[in-house]
Amino acid sequence: MYDSPKSDSTVKHAIKIAANKVQVFYGDTHAIKDVDVQIEDKTVTAFIGPSGCGKSTFLRTLNRMNDTIDICRVEGEILLDGENIYDKRVDPVQLRAKVGMVFQKPNPFPKSIYDNIAYGPRIHGLAKTKADLDEIVEKSLRRGAIWNEVKDRLHSPGTGLSGGQQQRLCIARAVATEPEVLLMDEPCSALDPIATGQVEELIDELRESYSVVIVTHSMQQAARVSQKTAFFHLGNLVEFGETSQIFTNPKDPRTESYITGRIG
Amino acid sequence: MTDATVQPGAEGRPAKSGSLLEQDARTKRRNAAEARFKFYGMAAVGIGVIFLILLLVSIVRNGVPAFTQTFVTVPIYLPEDKLDKSGVRDPDVMRKVTTFGYAPLLDDALVKTLEENGIEMPFAKPAKLRDMVSSSAAAQVRDTVLANPDLIGQTVDFKLLASSRVDGYMKGRVTRESLARDKNLDAEHLDIVDQLHDLGALERSFNWAFIFGSDASESRPEQAGLGVSMVGSLFMMIVVLVLSLPIGVAASIYLEEFAPKNRWTDLIEVNISNLAAVPSIVFGILGLAVFIQFAHLPMSAPLVGGLVLTLMTLPTIIISTRASLKAVPPSIRDAALGVGASKMQSVFHHVLPLAMPGILTGTILGLAQALGETAPLLLIGMVGFIASNMPDGVAAGFLSPNSAMPAQIYEWAKRADPAYYERAWGGIIILLVFLMTMNIIAILLRRRFERRW
Repeated sequence: MYDSPKSDSTVKHAIKIAANKVQVFYGDTHAIKDVDVQIEDKTVTAFIGPSGCGKSTFLRTLNRMNDTIDICRVEGEILLDGENIYDKRVDPVQLRAKVGMVFQKPNPFPKSIYDNIAYGPRIHGLAKTKADLDEIVEKSLRRGAIWNEVKDRLHSPGTGLSGGQQQRLCIARAVATEPEVLLMDEPCSALDPIATGQVEELIDELRESYSVVIVTHSMQQAARVSQKTAFFHLGNLVEFGETSQIFTNPKDPRTESYITGRIG
Repeated sequence: MTDATVQPGAEGRPAKSGSLLEQDARTKRRNAAEARFKFYGMAAVGIGVIFLILLLVSIVRNGVPAFTQTFVTVPIYLPEDKLDKSGVRDPDVMRKVTTFGYAPLLDDALVKTLEENGIEMPFAKPAKLRDMVSSSAAAQVRDTVLANPDLIGQTVDFKLLASSRVDGYMKGRVTRESLARDKNLDAEHLDIVDQLHDLGALERSFNWAFIFGSDASESRPEQAGLGVSMVGSLFMMIVVLVLSLPIGVAASIYLEEFAPKNRWTDLIEVNISNLAAVPSIVFGILGLAVFIQFAHLPMSAPLVGGLVLTLMTLPTIIISTRASLKAVPPSIRDAALGVGASKMQSVFHHVLPLAMPGILTGTILGLAQALGETAPLLLIGMVGFIASNMPDGVAAGFLSPNSAMPAQIYEWAKRADPAYYERAWGGIIILLVFLMTMNIIAILLRRRFERRW
């Protein structure tokens, strides 16, 4: 019943991100314990698990967003294309241009739609001329599947859009900086079912160019959009594998309890 | 089926719950408490409003007369043999005739005015008539003649300031009874004033010199104005704005966005909050010790006043700036970091523009507070200084001694002459107009920036 028709597990993709023995501490709390996971390129990987299990925390370690939290400490290594992103020489700003992020609540800048998209390319110097920038904005909005809805009002504020449109705008903003990995932290939790459908469709399209990692509370969503699924519980990575296998034939009893609704 | 047969009535409910149509004792008590609280609230607001009205009414009643002044129009003959004996109209020679040389002309003119209008001359000495006009009158005539030597030899109508006693009589402050104890003016003068007033030669009119003029010595309240101290306040506010806005905003941004949260930053935070509550006179004595005695900056200068008021305004600006930075949702910072902006870019491109209305409001309110502050100025010598000359040039504006609006008002309130008391109230009206203008600007800026998105 959780069969994923879009799964193409037979095709082998390169490993984009490899996490080895990752530990995360918040002060004295051990939030993530010994996580090993390998995230493939051009694949949607879903992180599922009950609230507080550490899946969002782990997601934020992948582009060092947790650096902004003073008491947060990460051990172990996370390799992006073979380079440890926690190496001292890595500038998190450069990393975040490569690993984009979409947040739980749509958070467009209180600027125009155009400026929302153009901001990233501008600070990274991706556009030489105004025409280049216009092109990037159009391309990103098309990739965010929102171009047709906003092309006539690019200079009206992004905060005036509906929730679903705002979230697609945020996705378009994230792809505008040409990232290689896209992290999504419960991108649909603030959206209605129709907007959720649109965003999920979009995620499936994005898979062709990016490696997408999505944290979700909805197991149906994980089953619909992902090819790989990781189940987190109490800071441990309990099980990681093909989505179809996790939902139909889980190996660990905890995974089974969770997907059948007994825990979580 | 048995459920359906039970009638919804008294026996259907537990005995405790009565009819909804009647209030039980507990509900009644709660409603009464709510009504009482509303009444207390309204009473509190009402008392506040009454005090405000009392304050405004008394300020307006006492202060508005300061904006008008009594003037006497007198035709004065300007004889060449007294004012310019050489007859060549050389300004340097003419300047040798002092105001003492002009005083007899005034006497003659006043005597002549009485004669022509058929008013009886009650005094033996003509000089006694001069008590009716301000002691600045001779200087006024002299300044006019020096500025325009062609007037010599003609009879010119001068609009002279009446003395403060005459002005007080016209405003109802001075009565014939009170003059019995006053050697500056006699009841006979008032007879003349009454008759001149009937003739239209003596009348009250709006006194621009009160707003734009300079302060005068203790014995000439009719001449005193707030203009020079207003300029002093302006230069002080420039110093305060230029120093406290950048320092305050930079400190707030660093503390709020960049500084690690540890014991030291906690200590700094607590101290900034405490500084906001330090009595302003403490800043005054600090300014005296540091800026004047140690750094040897000039006494009574708006620069020093501005520095002291900057110290006083900084905590206000830092607290309000930090509050408005805190009010910017963290999701905006995440969004900026998420597309690869650096910490500084996220602050300057996104957080600061959103916090701007709050920062500006805090700054303007801080400035308004500084504008009305008197105590620190006491200690650095800006009170008691007679601001009689406009500063010449910008550098002098900062460095030469001056007063400030609240200091000038305090100074006037201290002086013995009741005419100065009236001017103190008038000065307060001007100060309040400035404060209200600044508050309105703060509100408008806030609205304007908030409407943008």
